[in-house]
Amino acid sequence: MQTVETARADDDALTPPALKEGHSDWPSFKKFLGLFPLSTSMLVVGMALTLLVQSYVVFRELGHLFLVGTEWDPVYGSYGALPFLAGTLLTSVLALLLSLPLSMAMAILLGEYLRSGLFSSFLQGVLELLAGIPSIVYGFWGLMVLVPFVRVLQETVGAPTFGVSVMAASLLLAVMVTPYAASVGAEVLRLVPQDLKEAAYALGATRLEVLLGVSLPYARSGLFAGMMLSFGRALGETMAVTMVIGNANRLPTSVWEPASTMASVIANEFAEAVEEMHLLSLVALGFLLMVVTVAISLASKWIIQHLAGGEGR
Amino acid sequence: MSLSFRKFLDRAFLLLLVLLFGVAAMFLLLLLGYVFVKGGGVVNLGFLTSMPKPVGEEGGGVLNGIVGSLLISFVGLLLAVPVGVLTGVFLAEFPGSRLSKLAALAIDVLQATPSIVIGILVYLWVVVPMRGFSGLSGAVALSLIMLPVVARSTEETVKMLPPSLKEAAYALGVPYHRIVLRVLLPSSFSGIATGVLLSLSRALGETAPILFTAFGSPYLVLNLLKPMAALPLIVFNYAKSPYEVWHQKAWGASLVLLVIVLVLNTTSKWVSNRWKVRF
Repeated sequence: MQTVETARADDDALTPPALKEGHSDWPSFKKFLGLFPLSTSMLVVGMALTLLVQSYVVFRELGHLFLVGTEWDPVYGSYGALPFLAGTLLTSVLALLLSLPLSMAMAILLGEYLRSGLFSSFLQGVLELLAGIPSIVYGFWGLMVLVPFVRVLQETVGAPTFGVSVMAASLLLAVMVTPYAASVGAEVLRLVPQDLKEAAYALGATRLEVLLGVSLPYARSGLFAGMMLSFGRALGETMAVTMVIGNANRLPTSVWEPASTMASVIANEFAEAVEEMHLLSLVALGFLLMVVTVAISLASKWIIQHLAGGEGR
Repeated sequence: MSLSFRKFLDRAFLLLLVLLFGVAAMFLLLLLGYVFVKGGGVVNLGFLTSMPKPVGEEGGGVLNGIVGSLLISFVGLLLAVPVGVLTGVFLAEFPGSRLSKLAALAIDVLQATPSIVIGILVYLWVVVPMRGFSGLSGAVALSLIMLPVVARSTEETVKMLPPSLKEAAYALGVPYHRIVLRVLLPSSFSGIATGVLLSLSRALGETAPILFTAFGSPYLVLNLLKPMAALPLIVFNYAKSPYEVWHQKAWGASLVLLVIVLVLNTTSKWVSNRWKVRF
């Protein structure tokens, strides 16, 4: 395996120059092929530039007020996005905390206890199904089943019984993002060298002690990367959140209240935005959302790759 | 700590893991159960083959949504597959080049971009210049969702091909473009097909990117320049309505959507096992 990959890594060097010259179409076809990655790259650069240019107007006109203003009222022309920034952060962090026990349990089961066999593929199947269900179906189910359940919870804690709330959104998101952290976690736990674990077993450690003392510390950066991946997913998730969060344009003061996220306010207001400033403010929200999710996802990818290429192998 | 206590902790922890797994499985079971039971009561041949009807009238279905979804994602595939596959081939063939590194980063960024942001972009790029919502803009939005999936799966499959395959072709004096088109691509067919099916299933379930591009329509539209219905949009609109009858329809549409997506996912797995070229 290793030799194959090294050979592939410098494929240009592998092909003797004489061969390349013998194939007169080599440079021209390489150029032709290169058009496609070039256009993909230009596309993405274009995306970022478009969003940046459009939202620049908002940042210039409103300045920091766009980020710290708490008033979002398009009718009166006030565009303070803090309620949505806070709503996004609150729902995603809560979702991450709620999903943590689930995703870590699945990761440990799949990566440590059940590496193969019937139950392992059953678990894998559950994760794949959870990841494959469209978010609109999650959202509708959440609205019909989860929201009434949250209403009962609100009654027990003595909060106003809206049903639709940050809590409903976070519960739904927690289930939706579990597969991402779980499958990355299982993968990195499988990378833990067997001899390290065997050494611990030889010292008389139980399975739990090996897990806590050897496997989890060894895999911690990978587990962390998986959580970040989940977090990024939760930040950008739109439809499911839009349907259960209640879409209130004010700063949330508790998790039992309705709120809005950046993604949900875009979904709700974009098609009806008549005022230019309203539309541009929503574009600017989209730009912020993209910057944050892309940064988080690239960072977690970097950690995972770093891990797979380095000590893990 | 005594040995028996440590053993007890060990057992208790495993029990906790299984319980937590049970919670996740229960969620899944509840979700699938609701969609299949509630949706199953609504979906029949008439539901699949008739048009939506106003509140109060009996019957009515989601034919426009099924046709719209299939049309938009098929056109999206036509846009995404050529660029995605050839980008993937380039990434696999010239992994060290600067262009590859740039494109790999671009693909990662595209994949991480929230789908609602893709919707905004296609609105600015296609809907505004065309002065109106259209099925075509929805297809463009979905193609941006598909592109990174197709490119990545192509890259990974082509990379896995043994070098001897290419060397044999070189030795026979085959021109480079024929090596790519007649050796590399056919040998990685199953991997590419798997990626295409997966991207199709992801795109079919997406709502956010088509919310203000394809927009939705109560009619059976085949003209790509007009606003077009799609199954996820139908679920969204019915779900928001206050009528119980329309919620029934939303369950039905959810079931149809879920079945399509699950069938595509299963097929993609089957394809990757069945048609894998082994070396």
